[in-house]
Amino acid sequence: MGIRFILLVNKQGQTRLAQYYEYLTLEERRALEGEIVRKCLARTDQQCSFVEHRNYKIVYRRYASLFFLVGVDNDENELAILEFIHLLVETMDRHFGNVCELDIMFHLEKAHFMLEEMVMNGCIVETSKTNILAPIQLMDKAS
Amino acid sequence: MGSQGGWGQSKEFLDLVKSIGEARSKAEEDRIILREIETLKRRIAEPDVPRRKMKEYLIRLVYVEMLGHDASFGYIHAVKMTHDDSLLLKRTGYLAVTLFLNEDHDLIILIVNTIQKDLRSDNYLVVCAALTAVCKLINEETIPAVLPQVVELLGHSKEAVRKKAVLALHRFYQRAPNSVSHLISNFRKRLCDNDPGVMGATLCPLFDLIKEDINSYKDLVVSFVSILKQVAERRLPKTYDYHQMPAPFIQIKLLKILALLGGGDKQASGHMYTVLGDIFRKVEASSNIGNAVLYECICCVSSIYPSPKLLETAVDATSRFLKSDSHNLKYMGIDALGRLIKINPDIAEEHQLAVIDCLEDPDDTLKRKTFELLYKMTKSSNVEVIVDRMIDYMISINDNHYKTEIASRCVELAEQFAPSNQWFIQTMNKVFEHAGDLVNVRVAHNLMRLIAEGFGEDDEGADSQLRSSAVDSYLHILGEPKLPSVFLQVICWVLGEYGTADGKYSASYILGKLCDVAEAHSTDDTVKAYTTSAIMKICAFEIAVGRKVELLPECQSLIDELSASHSTDLQQRAYELQALLGLDSQAVESVMPLDASCEDIEQIDKNLSFLDSFVIQSIEKGARPYIPENERSGMFNIGNFRSQYQHEASSHSLRFEAYELPKPSPPPTVAQVALPLPTTDLVQMPEQTYPRETHQAANLPSATHASSADFGVKLRLEGVQRKWGRPTYSSPSASSSSSTQKTANGATHLDGGGTASSQTRDSFYDSRRQQAEVSAEKQKLAASLFGASTVKSEKRQPSAHKTPKGISTSTEKPAVKGAISSSEPPKEKTLPSSPPPDLLDLGEPTPASIPSVDPFKQLEGLLGPTSAPSAIDHSSAAGPKAPDLMALYADAPPAGVSSGSLNPALADMYTVNKNSHETANVAAVKKGPNLQDSLQKDATARQVGVTPTGNNPNLFSDLLG
Repeated sequence: MGIRFILLVNKQGQTRLAQYYEYLTLEERRALEGEIVRKCLARTDQQCSFVEHRNYKIVYRRYASLFFLVGVDNDENELAILEFIHLLVETMDRHFGNVCELDIMFHLEKAHFMLEEMVMNGCIVETSKTNILAPIQLMDKAS
Repeated sequence: MGSQGGWGQSKEFLDLVKSIGEARSKAEEDRIILREIETLKRRIAEPDVPRRKMKEYLIRLVYVEMLGHDASFGYIHAVKMTHDDSLLLKRTGYLAVTLFLNEDHDLIILIVNTIQKDLRSDNYLVVCAALTAVCKLINEETIPAVLPQVVELLGHSKEAVRKKAVLALHRFYQRAPNSVSHLISNFRKRLCDNDPGVMGATLCPLFDLIKEDINSYKDLVVSFVSILKQVAERRLPKTYDYHQMPAPFIQIKLLKILALLGGGDKQASGHMYTVLGDIFRKVEASSNIGNAVLYECICCVSSIYPSPKLLETAVDATSRFLKSDSHNLKYMGIDALGRLIKINPDIAEEHQLAVIDCLEDPDDTLKRKTFELLYKMTKSSNVEVIVDRMIDYMISINDNHYKTEIASRCVELAEQFAPSNQWFIQTMNKVFEHAGDLVNVRVAHNLMRLIAEGFGEDDEGADSQLRSSAVDSYLHILGEPKLPSVFLQVICWVLGEYGTADGKYSASYILGKLCDVAEAHSTDDTVKAYTTSAIMKICAFEIAVGRKVELLPECQSLIDELSASHSTDLQQRAYELQALLGLDSQAVESVMPLDASCEDIEQIDKNLSFLDSFVIQSIEKGARPYIPENERSGMFNIGNFRSQYQHEASSHSLRFEAYELPKPSPPPTVAQVALPLPTTDLVQMPEQTYPRETHQAANLPSATHASSADFGVKLRLEGVQRKWGRPTYSSPSASSSSSTQKTANGATHLDGGGTASSQTRDSFYDSRRQQAEVSAEKQKLAASLFGASTVKSEKRQPSAHKTPKGISTSTEKPAVKGAISSSEPPKEKTLPSSPPPDLLDLGEPTPASIPSVDPFKQLEGLLGPTSAPSAIDHSSAAGPKAPDLMALYADAPPAGVSSGSLNPALADMYTVNKNSHETANVAAVKKGPNLQDSLQKDATARQVGVTPTGNNPNLFSDLLG
C-alpha cells in the first residue's frame, strides 16, 4: 500500500484537504486527524519530520502556515516521502503561481486532481510535473 | 493563463471559503458548516439546478465532509454528476463520489454503468477519469463488469490511459488477487512500455507481486538493473528530474524491488553490484532527495547478498547520516545502521556515541528509532543496560500503543538473554508494575513457570533462593497502591505456592496479605479467585505439617462473602477451601503436596478402569451396556428399528451437556459431572461418588489437583499445570538463560573493567583532544552497550558475529569521538542544515552544467526519428537481454507532442506553457511569470473580501516562501 492518507492542515489544525487511500468512516477520520494533527503541530523545527503513530508513520512538512502530512506504512522511505511532499507543492506552485493556502481552498478539486495523478492505490505513480498538470490544463482550456 | 477564476465560482462559494478560512476555532468552523448544510439541503433539492451550480454544491459538500460533518444527503447528486457530458463536471462528480463513498456503498452499483460507458469514450481524458474512479470504487463483485475493458485499455494509444489501466489492474490485484491471476503477465509487458510514466507506474504492481512470490520474477533482475542503470544515467525525459536527480522516485522503487529480488541470492545480487556502486558514486549527498536515494541504496545493499565493497560504501554513507546535524538524517542513519548490523554487528561500535546521542535526544521519534536499533543489537552482555533503559522510557510515556510494544520487547529480550533469573524476575516485576494490563497473559504464565521450575537444573538451593527473593519482592510490591490485575494474579499465585516455603514469613502473615489483596480488589473476580486458591494452598501446607490453622477473622469473612458470591467459580473455591479445612493432615497432603505445581500428572486413567467393577455391577443389575458414540450413529444409519433408543440417547447427550456446565453445587454433584458418559442418568447411586473420588485422588499425586471436591478449580489449574508441567515446553529461553547465567555475570564484571580501562585511556587522550563534552557517564553507557564484553557473549551467539575488537574498541572510542568533534563542522556546512531553508533554496535550482545537456535533449525530442540511432547505441551497451529502454524513451517527448495531434490547439498551448516554464527555470526567475497570477489572485480575493490584513493573513502566504 505505501501511502495511507495525505492531509493538508493549517496551523490552527483545520483541515484543508484530505485524501485517504483506505476507507475510514467519518468518525474515524475525525479522530485520526485530531490525534495526528495534535502530535505533529506540537513538534519543533529541529525535530524529525517523522512521527510514529500506531502502526504507521506520518511524514510531515510545513510550508508557511500549512502542514502537509502523509501517513505511510513502516517500510516506506521517509526522506523520499518528504521530497514527494515538496514535489506536490512545487507542482501546485507551477500551476497556481506562488501557491498559497487560499489557492488550495478555492480550487480544492484541482488540488485533488493533481493528487489523483500523482498517487494511485497508495503508490506514487507519476512524478513528472508536466504529466501531472497536462490533464488539468486541458480541462482548464476546455471549460 | 489565469489559474484563478476561470472555473466560475459564485460569490456564495467564495464567501464560504472565506469564512472557513478565517474561522478562528473549531467551534466557529462547525457553526459555519452546520449552516452550510442547511443551505445546501435546500438548494440541492431545488428543481433544475444548473449543472455548473451543482458542481459547486458538490465541492461545498466535499468541504462539509472534509471538516467532519455528514453530507450523505448529497451523495446521490455526486453520482448523477458522473453522467455529465462535460469532462470537468464528470471528473468532479467522480472525485466527489470517490471521496464520499467506499467501494461497498449501495450507490456504487449506479456508477458501474457510467464507468463502463466512459471506459469506451473517444476522449482519452474521460477514459482516464473513469479509470481513476475504477481504482477507488470497484469492489470484488464488480471487477468482472469492467475487467475486459480495463485489459483492453492496457494497449491504448495514449500513455496516460495505459498507465491508469495498469493501476486499475493493480487495484484489482490488491482487492482480489484471484480475479486477475491470469492477467499478471500484462504487468511484465507494461514494464517494457515505451513511456517512462507507464513503466514507472508498473513498478508498483510488480513490487507487490514480487513481495508475494520472489522466485517467479528472478528473470526480471537483469531488466530492472538495466532500467535502473539507464535512469541513473539520465536517459529519462528531463521532466522526471527532481532537484537535479534523474527520476529519483523511480530509482527508489527500483531499488526496493532489487532488494527483494537479491535477498540471499548470490547470482541475482551479482548483477546489481555495478549499478549500485554507480548510484552511490553519482548521488548528490547534499540534497534531501539524494539522501533518500542513498538511504534506499543502503537498504538494498544490506538486504541482498553482501558485497564487501558495497557494504563499506554503505557504512560510510550511514556514518555521514549519523554525523549530520539534521534529525531527519540521523533518523535515517539509525535505521540504516539497524539494517547493516544484521550483516556485521561490529559496525555499530564505531557509532556508539552517535547512537547514544540519539538515545538521549529529546525528540521522541529519534529516541524510539534508537530503541529499535538497540533491540536489534541486544545480546546477553548488554541486555541489562538496554532493558533498563527501555523500561525507564516505557514508564515515561503515555502512548499505550507504544507502551505495549516496548513492554513486549522488554519481555522478549529478558526471556531471551536474561543473565540471571533474579534479574529476570525483577525486570518482569517492573514491566508488570507499569504496563501489566498491556502485556500478553502468556508473559505472566511464563514468569510463574520460571519461578516454579527455577533453573531446570539440580540446584535446589538456588531455586529456593530465587523463590524467596520473588516472595520478598512481591510482599514489598503489594504495598503499591495500584497494581495491574495480571500482576496481582502472578503475585497471589507465587505467594500461595511459596509464601511460607522458606519459613521466613508466617502463614498468618501471608494470609493477611492475601486477604488484603482480595479486599482491595473486590471487583476483580479473577484476582479474587487467585487469592482464594492461594489461601487454600497456604492452609493446606500448614495442615499438612500438622499445624492447626486459625483463620483470621478477615479471612473467614472473605470466605463467607465468597460463598455467597454471584460468581459460581468463586463460590466453588470458597466451599472447597472450607471443605479442605475440615480434612485431616494426611488427606490434605496427598491432595495438595508442597511445591508440586510442576509435577506431571502421570497416571491419568483415561479408560476409567476404576469404574469397571461398578459397571459390571450395574450391568448385572440389568442396566444396558454403554454404546460408544460412533457406533451409535452407525446404528442410526443401519436401521431405524432402534430409533426410539436413538432418540433417547440424543436426549441424554443433551441433558448431559446441561449438567456439565453449572459448578455451583458442593461436592456430591461433582462426581456425576465427572462421569463423561451418557449413561450417567442410568446410574442412580450418588454414594458411588465417594470411593471413586478417593481412588482418583490417590492416582493423581499432584498439588494443583487439589481436593477431590475441587472440580472447578481442578479444571482451571489443569490448564496451568499443562503450561508449566510439560518439560518440552520449558522453552529455549529458560534453559539458555540458565546456562548462560554464570558467564554472563562474569561478562558484566568484565564489562565494568572495560569501562574503567576506557576511561583511563580517555584521560590519556584528553590531553590531545577536547574531550569535555562527552561525559564519563555517556562513555560508560557506550561501553556497556557496545563494549568489550562482546567477546564473552560470542559463545552464546555463534551465528551472530565475528570476534569483536574487544579492547581495541575502547581505544578507538576517543579517536572516533575526536573525529566527530574535529572533522564534523566543515562537513555540516555542505549538508542542508534543516529542511526549511531547503525549501527556499531548492525551488528550481539551475546548475551550470545541466543546461548544456538540456537543450540538446529537447532538440532530440523534437527531432524524433533522428534520435533513433543514438538510442540503438545506448541500448546495445545496455546488454542483450534488457529491454530497449533508451530507444523507448527517446521517442517519449515526441509522443507528448503527438498527443496534440488530436487536439492541436491544446497541444500548442501546452507546449508553449511548458516551454515558458522551462525557460523560466533556466533563467532562474522563478517568480517572474507568476506576477500576473498573483495580481489576479489578489484582485479576486479582495473582491470576495478576503484580505491579507484580515483575520487570517496566513491564507496569503506563499507556500514556497
